[in-house]
Amino acid sequence: MTTATPTVAAGTQKTGGTPSTAAGRVRKRLNSRTATLVSIVIAVVWTIPTFGLFVSSLRPEDEIKTTGWWTAFTNPQFTLENYQQVLFGQSSSSGQLAGYFINSLAITIPSVLFPIAFACLAAYALAWINFRGRDWLYIAIFALQIVPLQMALVPLLRFFSTGVSVGGITLMPAWDLVDEQKFAQVWFAHTCFALPFAVFLLHNFISQLPGDLMEAARVDGATHPKIFRTIVLPLITPALAAIGIFQFLWVWNDLLVALIFAGGSDETAPLTVRLAEMAGTRGNEWQRLTAGAFVSIVVPLIVFLSLQRFFVRGLLAGSVKG
Amino acid sequence: MEFDFADQQPKLLMLMYGLIAFVVVVGGLLLLLDVVPAQFARRREAQLVAASVGGGPLPRRRKQREGLFAFFFLLPTLLLLTIGLVVPAIRTVLLSLMDGSSTNWVGLRNYGWMFSEDSIVRVLINTLIWVLLVPLVATTFGLIYAVLVDKVRFEAVAKSLVFLPMAISFVGASIIWKFVYAFRGVGDQIGLLNQIVVSLGGEPKQWLLNSPLNTLLLIVIMVWIQAGFAMVILSAAIKAIPGDIVEAARLDGVSPWQMFWRITMPSIRPALIVVVVTISIATLKVFDIVRTATNGNYDTSVIATDMYNQAFRYGQSGRGSALAVFLFILVIPIVIYQVRNLRQQREG
Repeated sequence: MTTATPTVAAGTQKTGGTPSTAAGRVRKRLNSRTATLVSIVIAVVWTIPTFGLFVSSLRPEDEIKTTGWWTAFTNPQFTLENYQQVLFGQSSSSGQLAGYFINSLAITIPSVLFPIAFACLAAYALAWINFRGRDWLYIAIFALQIVPLQMALVPLLRFFSTGVSVGGITLMPAWDLVDEQKFAQVWFAHTCFALPFAVFLLHNFISQLPGDLMEAARVDGATHPKIFRTIVLPLITPALAAIGIFQFLWVWNDLLVALIFAGGSDETAPLTVRLAEMAGTRGNEWQRLTAGAFVSIVVPLIVFLSLQRFFVRGLLAGSVKG
Repeated sequence: MEFDFADQQPKLLMLMYGLIAFVVVVGGLLLLLDVVPAQFARRREAQLVAASVGGGPLPRRRKQREGLFAFFFLLPTLLLLTIGLVVPAIRTVLLSLMDGSSTNWVGLRNYGWMFSEDSIVRVLINTLIWVLLVPLVATTFGLIYAVLVDKVRFEAVAKSLVFLPMAISFVGASIIWKFVYAFRGVGDQIGLLNQIVVSLGGEPKQWLLNSPLNTLLLIVIMVWIQAGFAMVILSAAIKAIPGDIVEAARLDGVSPWQMFWRITMPSIRPALIVVVVTISIATLKVFDIVRTATNGNYDTSVIATDMYNQAFRYGQSGRGSALAVFLFILVIPIVIYQVRNLRQQREG
């Protein structure tokens, strides 16, 4: 009856919803009840660790350290003191996360903008400009996204600290960055490492734009830069949102690149570096770790929950088609 | 003792410089792309005029101009990839053949060290356990959950909750789970796992200190994060199975079990491969979890953490580079496989 049904969901519900016997109907309903129940239980179990952390971050220090967070429901005592301490406290043990929060922002924003802009241009060229070696270039960039970034860390750090010289001639002096200037090398590193995936993902989107559209614009005498600005960019905004979220989550949550290129000082280190350090040196100060972890989680969570649609779409375009 | 906002101003200034640089670079590039073709068009026009006046052959430059455009569009990406990835990768290979201070060539000694030193062999074994278990468990769980949650009530919410850890940093996730594994020698337990053990009548344990159980507990963190990814991709693949196939099978009276193995599995095979490959690569490079949870102590270290320690803490850049190169060698088969896939797709 429903070979013409457009969506899978509708098609199977219609056919599956009417088993011929009463027993079959009962079994069917029971099955879907069980499935619902089990999937909700799993979802809850999946959330419990995060939930426990959140509840703990709101409890007074003495309570966190002596009783489990689940006792908070029978003996509720909540406070924002931990957040106050971990964000704004001035003693060196308290976290001082507000400053690191700003570092995270200062690292993340340019590290998201630069690679997306460059990747957009490159993806357009690889999809719609004819030149020799195009396919090979695309495959090379595609392959680069699998190369572990560990392969680049040591030489890239030396590139910043000692510059480039060939045969005694200095091609580029050392950057010699101090304090907050080090942000620049973090941006540079993040941009380089993000490009292969960004080019790949955007190429997937851009190459699927209708060719007729491009052809019509070309016949009208539009040049490639004009087509890129007036036709392609407006059409790929969902793709830009997707890659933007990816890159944001990746940079905000990154530890390795920040550890190496930003260092551990409070001038440049992002939240992740500070938290990893606190987990190592003050592993039992749970009142600070729980609140601190939540401070670092909250921004990506908001971004993620509000833009989940784009994120999932990007995930599907980036993996299934590739 | 208050938080002093004035201290933060240099950072915000630097951020502003970064944003200005972005506008200048990208804007400049777009401007250049507008100006250059206009110049060319003008010159070509002049040539055309000259040619028509002189009666000579019309110049043909269409191809070249395409190439020039492509060059400018690709310039920043190619420049950055060369400086930031290709050249460093080649230099890492060379560094792996040199000693710790990168002054003398030592041949393959760093690689020999990798396989003879007990602690490093332990690292390699740990990495192997990670790469075998995480993709297997995370994908299996993601698949089961995707099938289970398909078309039940509250599907969207349930999926969101399982997917949520994807947004949490590995550092944050490690702290979350360290708290689950927390141990207290006296009094009430504050860690959920020990509480469960105690209420079942067992003895609380220092979970992260006992090898090899601690590596498995760290793997749980990675599975917790990656299962959501597997679930989302596979769920989309399941929903994309054409309805008439499912219905035809139903009319033939297949059991749910047969349906899963005969219809679902073959249909989602490409997505399944993508998930396994993606999670494998991520697992191979895992660094943050081990570093945050145990700092690689108690026999939990993996290649990426040891690479960091050798190269950036012990000043042994030769050994660190050798570990990085080894990591690269491990992903080469994946690179080849993916490139072959891509080329088939582009031809097909």
